[in-house]
Parts: sequence; C-alpha cells; structure tokens
Amino acid sequence: MSLLASAFTLVFVAAGIGFFAAGTLGLVRLPGTLSRIHALTKADNVGLALIVLGLLPQAASVLDAAKMVAIWLLAQLASGAVAQVMAEAVMAEATLAEAKDAGDAAPPEESRP
Amino acid sequence: MADLLFAAATLLLLLAAAGLASLWWAGNDLDRMLAVQLLGAAGIAVLLLLTPAMGDSSLLDTALLLALLAALAACAYRAAFGPTRPKAGRPPAAPRP
Repeated sequence: MSLLASAFTLVFVAAGIGFFAAGTLGLVRLPGTLSRIHALTKADNVGLALIVLGLLPQAASVLDAAKMVAIWLLAQLASGAVAQVMAEAVMAEATLAEAKDAGDAAPPEESRP
Repeated sequence: MADLLFAAATLLLLLAAAGLASLWWAGNDLDRMLAVQLLGAAGIAVLLLLTPAMGDSSLLDTALLLALLAALAACAYRAAFGPTRPKAGRPPAAPRP
C-alpha cells in the first residue's frame, strides 16, 4: 500500500514541478508584463495544486491534509486577486507616466478621489 | 521517500532562483514584484514538500503565512501608486530592456 502511495506522490509531485517549470519559463520568456502576470498566477497554481494533491497521502493526519488543501485554496484565491492588483498597477503606472508627460506640457489635472 | 521529496524541493528552489535571477535583471520594478510573487509561490510548494519529508507539520503554518504575506505584498505595491484610477485603454507594451 505504501508503495502505491509513494508512486502516486512521485507522479503528482513531478507533474507539479513540471507546471512550475512551465510557469517560470513563461514568466521569463513572455514579452509583456500583463502576459507575464497571467503566466505566473495560472501555471504556478496548477503546479501547487498537483503538489498538494500528490502530498495528500503522505500527510501525517487528516488535519494536515485539510491544512494543505486550505493552503492551496488560499494561494489560489490570493493569486486571482494578485493578478488583478498587479494588472491595475501596470495600468496605474502607465496613467501616471502619461499624466507626467502631459504635466510637462500642461498643469497637472487633479486626480479624481 | 523523504530524500526524493528533498530532491524535489531542491529542484523547485533552483527553478525559483532561476526565475528570480532572470527577472531581477529585467529592469522595471513590476517584474521584480512578479519575481517576489514567484518566490512566494515556489516557497509555499517547497514548504509543503518538506512537511512529510521532515515529519514536522509546523511547516504548514509557515506555508500558510507565506501565502498570506505574498498576497499582501502585491496589495502594498499597488497601494504605493496612490489613489490614481487607471484610465481604460491599450495596456503599455512594456518593452523588455
């Protein structure tokens, strides 16, 4: 039985690391920042999900297994929010740069509250 | 089984280090924040891998905290831009230097 569990773990952990490698490769190679955000948050989370799935049979107790799933759930929700937050940071930075350029020509307009 | 998990954790750390190094020289600070998020995600995975390898389940709490802090770091970064509301439009094609 434990041989089956460790085989199961190895297969899923290897697949998870494969997705992490794909996410990291995508993060490095993709041209635009927005596409990099996409690559990072999506691929790494699938990798994390596979690793958690692979580690479930190795968990010492049911509580640890539940905690692992809770960690994956938090990471999943956090990365969805982080993707939106970072994309808005990209757009805000572009808006600020635009405002600064326009500011050089015209007086800076008051940004809406 | 434990040493295989240690090997997997090491491989993950090497991946995170490669991504971090290549992004850290990318230039603009948005990529550096992405590198920090990558480090957070890989760190969580490494901590999860080490838990059964070392038989110490307190690492799970560390991974939980790391997930929380990674998300808060991104929110703090966005908050640093202040209340400017970004106008909709074509996203800047951030050229890689």
